[in-house]
Amino acid sequence: MKRVLSSVITVVISFCLVAGFTPASIAKAENIKVGAILAVTGGASFLGGPEARTLEMMVEEINAKGGINGNKIDLIIKDSGANPEKAISFAKQLIEEDKVFAIIGPSTSGETMKIKNIAEEARMILISCAAAEVIVNPVAKWVFKTPQKDSDAVKKIYGTMKDMGISKIAVLTGNTGFGNAGKGQLEAIAPEFGIEILASEVYDKKETDLSAVVAKLMANKDIQAVVNWSIVPAQGILAKNMRQAGWDVPLFQSHGFGNIKYVEAGGAAAEGIIFPAGRLLVAEDLPDSHPQKALLIKYKNDYEIRCLGEECSTFGGHAFDALTILVAGIKKAGVVDKEKVRDAIENLQGVAGTAGVFNFSPEDHNGLDINSFEMLTVKDGKFAIYNK
Amino acid sequence: MTPELFIQYLFAGITYGIIYAIVAIGFNIIYNTTGIINFAQGEFVMLGGMIVITMHAFMPMPLAIALAVLITMVVGALIEMVFIRWLESPSVLRMIIITIGISILTREVALHIWGESVRTLPYFIGNEVTSVSILGARISPQVLWVIGVCSLMVAGLSLFFKFTSLGREMRACAANRRAATLCGINTKNMITLSFVLSAGIGAMAGCVMSPITYSEYDMGPGLAIKGFTVAILGGLGNSVAAVAAGLLLGIIEAFSISVLPLAFKDAIATTILLLILFIRPHGLFGSSEAASLKEF
Repeated sequence: MKRVLSSVITVVISFCLVAGFTPASIAKAENIKVGAILAVTGGASFLGGPEARTLEMMVEEINAKGGINGNKIDLIIKDSGANPEKAISFAKQLIEEDKVFAIIGPSTSGETMKIKNIAEEARMILISCAAAEVIVNPVAKWVFKTPQKDSDAVKKIYGTMKDMGISKIAVLTGNTGFGNAGKGQLEAIAPEFGIEILASEVYDKKETDLSAVVAKLMANKDIQAVVNWSIVPAQGILAKNMRQAGWDVPLFQSHGFGNIKYVEAGGAAAEGIIFPAGRLLVAEDLPDSHPQKALLIKYKNDYEIRCLGEECSTFGGHAFDALTILVAGIKKAGVVDKEKVRDAIENLQGVAGTAGVFNFSPEDHNGLDINSFEMLTVKDGKFAIYNK
Repeated sequence: MTPELFIQYLFAGITYGIIYAIVAIGFNIIYNTTGIINFAQGEFVMLGGMIVITMHAFMPMPLAIALAVLITMVVGALIEMVFIRWLESPSVLRMIIITIGISILTREVALHIWGESVRTLPYFIGNEVTSVSILGARISPQVLWVIGVCSLMVAGLSLFFKFTSLGREMRACAANRRAATLCGINTKNMITLSFVLSAGIGAMAGCVMSPITYSEYDMGPGLAIKGFTVAILGGLGNSVAAVAAGLLLGIIEAFSISVLPLAFKDAIATTILLLILFIRPHGLFGSSEAASLKEF
């Protein structure tokens, strides 16, 4: 019995060895392996889901057209579930076992910060899809990011307020990493625009009703506008509670409002909300001469056809930009060499993506400026460009 | 504080409070027949909300609500039959662990069915910006719906437990299960019935509050903690006391916002829970004599 067992094991092991070294895997080595660490499930799946679907769609298209300079892309997506510990082990796995050429992601800022040093030490190109500014400030040689900066979103909001003659505001933030980062930026940048924050409140991310805090803020007649920095569901609940209480000061939201589902959840109360976002949501309204227009409309249509009518959000666009930049870097370098491609990415100029037109430099690994944001508003249940 | 502001806070507090109270009543019904706390109570509210939103796409609102409540009741019955019915005189601790397990299981199943997105039911009257003016304060009509429906359910349940023989049989099970069996009461059926009832009222609450609070797969545990606080505050097993305690907690929370930062709201509920557990473990309205006779 023992002998039978050991011979079975020997056969199995030898099969594995043979399978591991067949010509198929040698042929694969010519392909460019791109790893992606995305929060496809879990609390940040509204980011990771569209990002993963976008990458799959793009890689299929690139490979169908013959790849980059003849090299096809092998995409390896790892689902981190927005868990930083998982992101760390996936990053190590991708670098050491899969020996990928570059990593796209993670979806969230917390995860990205955990693997920033790992990528740096392994000399691995990392293009993050997360928003926080600390990812690229201070600059790490191998780390890039595609979403617009929090601080630019805040400046865009304050700039708009200034035009409207608003100087006294209330700030509401959710107790998430995103909310805390936004609160910090809002408070730091306010003096620059002569804006005074009269009240600042933090609420639990699972808050189900904000009418009491609305009553409190409403009693302060000096408040001219409210800025809310959170993700769902509170951004809809706040809008409802404010309008039900009959408080009609302008409500500003963060760039986290960029999904039409949130507008649907807010219903009539979402009308008139003002927020900064990339131009993807209003692609049809852009002038034909705009450098992003053709690309945005193509991405939007391709995504919506592939994902059976699922409305496209700005979040999937961050992954679109990451892969676009990587491909542009490889094309520019002309060779599949990490060092050379990294240098090429750092010097890319005028690459149009969904978030804006990227101009990288050794000092700026984000490549976007405040002009990548457009102020949007909600009109008749749809996004529209905000006109002063 | 102006009178208008006072009323505004008061109604915000009543809205929170009545939602806590209805979850607490769900705890109480099951506690009354089995002597255990069902930590999956919040999940019944979630199921009610999610099912009614799905159904509403195909049928008018009243029918969708009726169906959602019925389906959740069936789920409640199934949960009891599969996980609890076959246990021979289980210990309190074991039952609690089982209900926590059921809560996690239900949430995971809901995640697979509905995904992680936040959903909402349309307002019963008007829309997201409609409000009615009461004594100078402006309240969404949905708040009145929640208050009305929950009050009716509480009144109905109190009458049911006091004046129907079925209600009395259920209470007998709680007082002493063996004695109840000797009197010819089928205690196992009574326990199933208690799960069905509490699933039903949880689902009903989930339906009426969905336009205000939204529904998502993991809304249960937060509700369960607040509901548990209220149930303990009022005295376990007493539904009318649960309403009073719920309103009290809700109103304290709402008025606390007027002086403290909003971030402290949940700390207040937890502090009250701890104080009650130390000072009056039988609750504000419970009697210590009755509490000492109970196993838990």
